[in-house]
Amino acid sequence: MTRRPPVGLWVSGWVVAALAVLPAVYLGVRAAEADASTWGLLLRDRTWGLLWRTLGLAAAVTVLAAAVSLPLAWLTTRSDLPGRRVWTVLLCVPLAVPTFVSGYVLLAAFGTGGVLEEALTRWGLPVPPVYGFPGALLALTVSTYPYFFLALRAGLLSQDPAWLEGARSLGMSPARAFWKVTAPLLRPAFVSGALLVGLYVLSDFGAVALLQYDAFSRAIYVQYEGAYDRAYAALLGLALVAVTVVVLVFEVWLRGRAGYHRSSKGAARAMAPVTLGRWRVPALVFCGAVVMAGVVLPVGVLLYWGARGLAEEGGSLMEPALGSVLASVLGAVMSVLGALPLAFLAVRYPSRLTLAMERASYAGYALPPIVLALSLVFLGVQVVPFFYGTLVMLVLAYVVRFLPQAVGTVRSSLLQLNPHLGEAAASLGQSPTSVFRRVTLPLLRPGLLAGAALVFLTAMKELPATLLLAPIGFETLATRVWSATAEGRFAEAALPALVLMAVSTLGVGLLVSQEGDAPRG
Amino acid sequence: MIRTLLLTLLLTLSTSAMAAETLTVYSGRNEKLVGPLLKKFTEKTGIEVKVRYGETPQLAATLLEEGDKTPADVFFAQDAGALGALANAGRLQALPKATLDKVDARFRSPAGLWVGTSGRARVVAYNTKKVKPADLPKSILEFTDAKWKGRLGWAPTNASFQAFVTALRLLKGEEAASNWLKGIQANGARVYKNNAAIIEALGRGEIDAGFVNHYYLFAAKKSNAALPVENYFVAAGDPGALVNVAGVAILHGTKKTEAAHKFAAFLLEPQAQEYFSQETYEYPLVAGVKTAASLPALSKVGSPDLDLSKLDDLRGTVKMLQDTGVL
Repeated sequence: MTRRPPVGLWVSGWVVAALAVLPAVYLGVRAAEADASTWGLLLRDRTWGLLWRTLGLAAAVTVLAAAVSLPLAWLTTRSDLPGRRVWTVLLCVPLAVPTFVSGYVLLAAFGTGGVLEEALTRWGLPVPPVYGFPGALLALTVSTYPYFFLALRAGLLSQDPAWLEGARSLGMSPARAFWKVTAPLLRPAFVSGALLVGLYVLSDFGAVALLQYDAFSRAIYVQYEGAYDRAYAALLGLALVAVTVVVLVFEVWLRGRAGYHRSSKGAARAMAPVTLGRWRVPALVFCGAVVMAGVVLPVGVLLYWGARGLAEEGGSLMEPALGSVLASVLGAVMSVLGALPLAFLAVRYPSRLTLAMERASYAGYALPPIVLALSLVFLGVQVVPFFYGTLVMLVLAYVVRFLPQAVGTVRSSLLQLNPHLGEAAASLGQSPTSVFRRVTLPLLRPGLLAGAALVFLTAMKELPATLLLAPIGFETLATRVWSATAEGRFAEAALPALVLMAVSTLGVGLLVSQEGDAPRG
Repeated sequence: MIRTLLLTLLLTLSTSAMAAETLTVYSGRNEKLVGPLLKKFTEKTGIEVKVRYGETPQLAATLLEEGDKTPADVFFAQDAGALGALANAGRLQALPKATLDKVDARFRSPAGLWVGTSGRARVVAYNTKKVKPADLPKSILEFTDAKWKGRLGWAPTNASFQAFVTALRLLKGEEAASNWLKGIQANGARVYKNNAAIIEALGRGEIDAGFVNHYYLFAAKKSNAALPVENYFVAAGDPGALVNVAGVAILHGTKKTEAAHKFAAFLLEPQAQEYFSQETYEYPLVAGVKTAASLPALSKVGSPDLDLSKLDDLRGTVKMLQDTGVL
């Protein structure tokens, strides 16, 4: 495969990749201002300690989130679990819960004087420790497992059932067939999920700050928040970029060079769902427990806040709700569009260069969002002043920040698509655009929708870039929640936070209803 | 659907741009707190105000990044440190003397580059079920005593806290400040994200006492009147009694200097000062305006004698916080 990619694809790929590395370039500019003593700060022992703690947390969250998501993804796509669509939507909702809310939920439940802490103590049961590693692990797992869940679902949905049926017809037990056939094919989905979860943990600030776990992103925030020391913050940021690069190289190695697409004709059929039988109740309990932790508890805490003064929230929530939806939908659409050329180049025209371009999309993802927001302020003011202060800038910020979420899912769906399908259509006289529109795009649908869902949900709760880059006066539900909680007015935060969750649920419901139950051919 | 939304958006944006005169304000102060006040400014002067709300330090970083090309005319900040950082970077222009002179010299920039609009005192908030006011020490320095082991909470990443540490360094010297930080750390103080989180933790009984700004208590009590938490003011002149300010500054290079001057002057009028006192429970800084009934008089709080513009030495403070391992 040494064909040269079409010029349009090539150019759009370069544009997107260039945008994606922008935050890293900005950090380079700022880091150049650092003096020797600042470098000294970076190289002291504490930095290594921070790095170690942060990586440990990222690894632990990734493993736990994968362990939770695999059964959930399988249950909602391959089994006869009752209410699969509803479970799917509910299981995605935690992505829209701001991490400080999930952190707060843990504190309100298990912290000293918390609702569940009191009950547990009364019954003489041990109270789980909320501060530090265990709390951060739990809060971040609950808020990131949907990255895995959605990627694995998309992977399962675009798999050709013939493979599994073949294995079964050769006498494999269902479980053995799953581990021998289905699971290996999910490797790209796993890897992209792991990347999204792991790198997200590197960038998270809300939960680690609230649960008192000393992580790298917190150190970066401290520099901006307290010291206005952009040089040192930039050095720390570059260190994080370096970690990201190491993770990405490791991922390429892990991913291997295997082919994942089917080689037969692409006429996939719906697969008969596996009957759960006596496993139905445990399966429902498992889904219920995850939804309890990710949705019911946050809603409960929000209602509790709200009950202490719901009447105080003045003003209509219509405008911020529309603002959130508008910006997040645009962000989701643009991210998926931006992801397409990168994923195509990397999968269909693999070379070191195209791979590097695809990897570049992750450059800004592991950075704390404030760094990314400031880098776009820099770009906006210096390069495109006519866009600065307009919605274009905000959508751009969402794209740069959330691009990897779309690239990962689009890429893993693309890997399962046989390139000969398109070639066959082309040989029948279809133009390349028409092949793309009529053959490739419909087959990529699960991946595109999953990517859009991820970006939409994450953008709904985005805060630092929204505050700094949105047109002045442009409100979103997340900025409303923030403006109420910043001064400790939790009661006023409850209503916009609940609306945020409700609108996000609706959005994902819409996307999931488009998904279809089985791969289409 | 999206097209309609976009149109509505464009319309709202263009109508506000068409108004006679508009002033762009970056506000590190919360919309819930100052939004109504800014409306009053427009009612009174006819000058439209476009506001970007955000966290004070992040807006300061944004202003530094935007440089001369900033769309902002005015910065309304939550603490003197952020204003000092911008002043040092040469981003601010002098305010009219008449405006500056309304406020005691302690609460404004000696170079006239910013002026305090309301006062915010450092206090020790405590859980009333666990601590009697009589048990609380006169000086913040005494909290390093071993009897406070496991009972304290602080927010070392918070700008107000860091301003207090800067004051401590300036008033008592580097060594004393460093020892205090180590002492509180040795007492196992819990680390919280911000003042509001400390008040919440005090309410739950997780800690007995915490170092915060005085007005967070009132916001929390609005949500939950039964909260068993009260403020304690240490003795006058103690570094723990520091009164920091929220303040306003005009950005260098704005074309709307006159409107910006009106804005700064407005914030020091009796109407605005009363608003701060009654609505946000802060200290008015202009003579003759009454302090909220639930607060001791500013003169009794006795902020230590200190040039607030020196609070911009945050780099030194953050370095100390890092060297002592607090951050």
